[in-house]
Amino acid sequence: MVKYVGKRIIYMFITMFLIATATFFLMQTLPGSPIASYSKLTETQKQNVEKKYGIDKPKPVQYAIYMKNLAKGDLGTSFAFKNKSVNDLLASRIKPSFILGAQAMVFGTIIGILLGMIAALKQNTFWDYGSTFFAILGISIPSFVFATMLQYYIASQWHLLPVGLWNDGWKSSILPSIALAMGPLALSARFIRTEMIEVMGSDYITLAKAKGANGFEIAFKHAFRNALIPLITVLGPVAAGLVTGSLVVEQIFAIPGIGEQFVSSIMVNDFATIMGTTLFFSAFLIVVIFIVDILYGVIDPRIRLSGGKA
Amino acid sequence: MKNTKWLLLMALTLVLSIFLAACGGTDDKKEDTTKDDGKDENATETPAKEDGEPDAEQILNLAESAAIPSVDSAIVEDAVGFNVLNNVNEGLYRLDQENKAIPAMASEEATESEDGLTYTFKLRDAKWSDGTPVTAEDFVFAWQRAIDPATGSPYGPFMMSGTVKNATAISEGKMDKKELGIVAKDEKTLEVTLERPVPYFLSLMSFGTFYPQKEAFVTEKGDAYATNSDNLLYNGPFTLTDWDGTGGSWVYKKNDEYWDAENVKLTQINVNVVQDSATAVKLYKDGKLDRAGVSGDLAMQYSTDEEAVLQPETSVFYMKFNQEKGGKETPLANENIRKAIAKSFQKEDLADVVLANGSLPANFLVPKDFAYDEDGKDFRELSGDHLEYNAEEAKDLWAAGLKELGVDSLELEILGGDTDLSKKMDEYFKSQLETNLEGLTIKLKEVPFAVRLELDGNQDYDIQISGWGPDFQDPISFLDLFVTDGTNNLMSYSNPEYDKLIADSKGDLALKPAERYEAFAKAEKILLDEDAAIAPIYQRGLIFLEKPYFKGLVSHPFGADYSFKWAYISGKE
Repeated sequence: MVKYVGKRIIYMFITMFLIATATFFLMQTLPGSPIASYSKLTETQKQNVEKKYGIDKPKPVQYAIYMKNLAKGDLGTSFAFKNKSVNDLLASRIKPSFILGAQAMVFGTIIGILLGMIAALKQNTFWDYGSTFFAILGISIPSFVFATMLQYYIASQWHLLPVGLWNDGWKSSILPSIALAMGPLALSARFIRTEMIEVMGSDYITLAKAKGANGFEIAFKHAFRNALIPLITVLGPVAAGLVTGSLVVEQIFAIPGIGEQFVSSIMVNDFATIMGTTLFFSAFLIVVIFIVDILYGVIDPRIRLSGGKA
Repeated sequence: MKNTKWLLLMALTLVLSIFLAACGGTDDKKEDTTKDDGKDENATETPAKEDGEPDAEQILNLAESAAIPSVDSAIVEDAVGFNVLNNVNEGLYRLDQENKAIPAMASEEATESEDGLTYTFKLRDAKWSDGTPVTAEDFVFAWQRAIDPATGSPYGPFMMSGTVKNATAISEGKMDKKELGIVAKDEKTLEVTLERPVPYFLSLMSFGTFYPQKEAFVTEKGDAYATNSDNLLYNGPFTLTDWDGTGGSWVYKKNDEYWDAENVKLTQINVNVVQDSATAVKLYKDGKLDRAGVSGDLAMQYSTDEEAVLQPETSVFYMKFNQEKGGKETPLANENIRKAIAKSFQKEDLADVVLANGSLPANFLVPKDFAYDEDGKDFRELSGDHLEYNAEEAKDLWAAGLKELGVDSLELEILGGDTDLSKKMDEYFKSQLETNLEGLTIKLKEVPFAVRLELDGNQDYDIQISGWGPDFQDPISFLDLFVTDGTNNLMSYSNPEYDKLIADSKGDLALKPAERYEAFAKAEKILLDEDAAIAPIYQRGLIFLEKPYFKGLVSHPFGADYSFKWAYISGKE
């Protein structure tokens, strides 16, 4: 186990290094400059401004400086927010995104699992069709459509919750969280249903039934635990995506999160912030995948993380 | 077990009810729209007294389209930044409600030397928000900082080079910043020396880059200066609070230390960043915003709303005709071809139907309601219309042009933006041009702004849809763009007569306002009627929804967008 974890951590660093390098060079191929008034400036002025922000140096030098700073955990200085470090920028924007993502994840998975279980246990009944229909809707309709609908009806028309902005405390987070939750909700419902039906048909369930275990025990103690493995596999990356901010939903609800920040940095060619945010996203995803792998062993002791050919 | 079932059932019901609510029928929508209308009518009725007394509560809620990148007057280069600066700080002059530059930090009109090269300003007794006086040294420090190459100011050199004495040499690192043409004669007297007479110099004094900065404070804060609302000093009508430097919201609070505080009625303005126009409109309709910009397709929908306010801007859009590409002349080097294209599209329909966002058709380069002569007459009245739509004339010119080129058909590319609006507009040009000019095939190339700048820089295009917004209030802000080798020319246009008129306006005619304006009118005629170097399209407009109780907001044709100094709320309660 320790050996496995150690190896995985080394791989994580290699992956990050490759992503950082790729991001850096991809950024260089972007046309344009992060200087807003570029078209108005003369050559000398451009040079002065470029010098100030260190973009006058040759690419390899810029790369070396960038990697050196990165090793120290410094993501550089934003071009758009003058004199602001990308670290500060991310730190100030991560809170709303994290709250929304976490709420969406918890709400979506719990309701999704419940729906999936009902569908599996009451197979081919109204409950099953209802929850399957719901899951299909959740998968096929993008979250920003839900966001717009929730905003229009619940906020604009019925005035039950705020239309947007981040200044009404917890209330501000409800609608965007629900909109974001639809994806994981549908995904978990679908996975749990399929897996549960399969597990429910297996021999050990028949054995449990024969031994007189009641429905609750069978569903939660035996079937559910086994159905959870594939769900965790797919939910890992979904969680990373949700927590690191949903670009469009944050924009629709005017929430100053990391997703909204990412979109505006791309609009203004703020290279440092784009790279910083991309790396942050990547790191988060890598860590989540790592945690998911570790969780496998916890949920199903049959999966061995070390030894053999694992 | 029983409990679990109940829980499951409740959870399912909850989810289904949310879902069903979200999918509610269109009938609800209709009903609610009517309700909304009813509410709006009431809102307009209440503040019917136009000059009503200000309400007791003076708190306003507004939206900005982007976060504030910086409030350091030497570094600011974006619209939001200049807007904030204009409301929390103040220069020697400030644009008043009629958009005329009036003394602000200056106590009286500046004294101008006879040769127009030296201006002397007397400062009023004004204070920074920390209670210390604003001195002449604060201006000297700020200007020197803005021109210092080490500061990397984009606007400092742009605004001062060729205007303030020695600015060009200093910005190129060839001279010490102390040599800049600005001296503090004493604590309250400031003397500015110019390179050449600049007739619009006083209006420049209201521009953010020329605002004062207190040296002791800036030095003490170092790199942290202006990175959040605590690391700033204010000498304007409002102070900035609750701004963490990157966040999506901030608050303006009335500045009690401001010299003219008694005329500032608003006590607080809450600002939130709302990028999505549809969200801004919903927040407005929900009463969370008192004013909301409407853009894109929504603009057409709301242009007839009774709370809609049309606001023409001073940005003008035009086609740039590239006469030389890769060292070779293009078909657009032919004058008749250029004129034919310039006259072959209907601008009224484009502005009213295609853009439908408050934009005006333009038969000019220098915009309407922007620059005025000595008698206060709009430059547009002086210069008249040029290159108006005329399909018949366009056809003849086109035929003549093709004959001169010895071809019977041409394929040209229009380089435009990648926004929905740009695409719609480009399609319109394609259809108009191909219909009116036989043998012309138009290819459309729609790219992001940054790519367009690059293609422009390399002069790699045929026709480009381009635009310009002025930084100071003078026709030269536009006309200077097209002198031979001008930084924005990048289309190989050159006319010595035009160049001479522009040079004269900066030289011999600088102190003869009437003749100077005549020269501008002549230059515009050469550029458009005679040479058709560019083809004007439209003057951009904006549509806002604005609550009827929100009064006194002043919008400016250049520099910052708005002044909240005179704004107030009347009839909301």
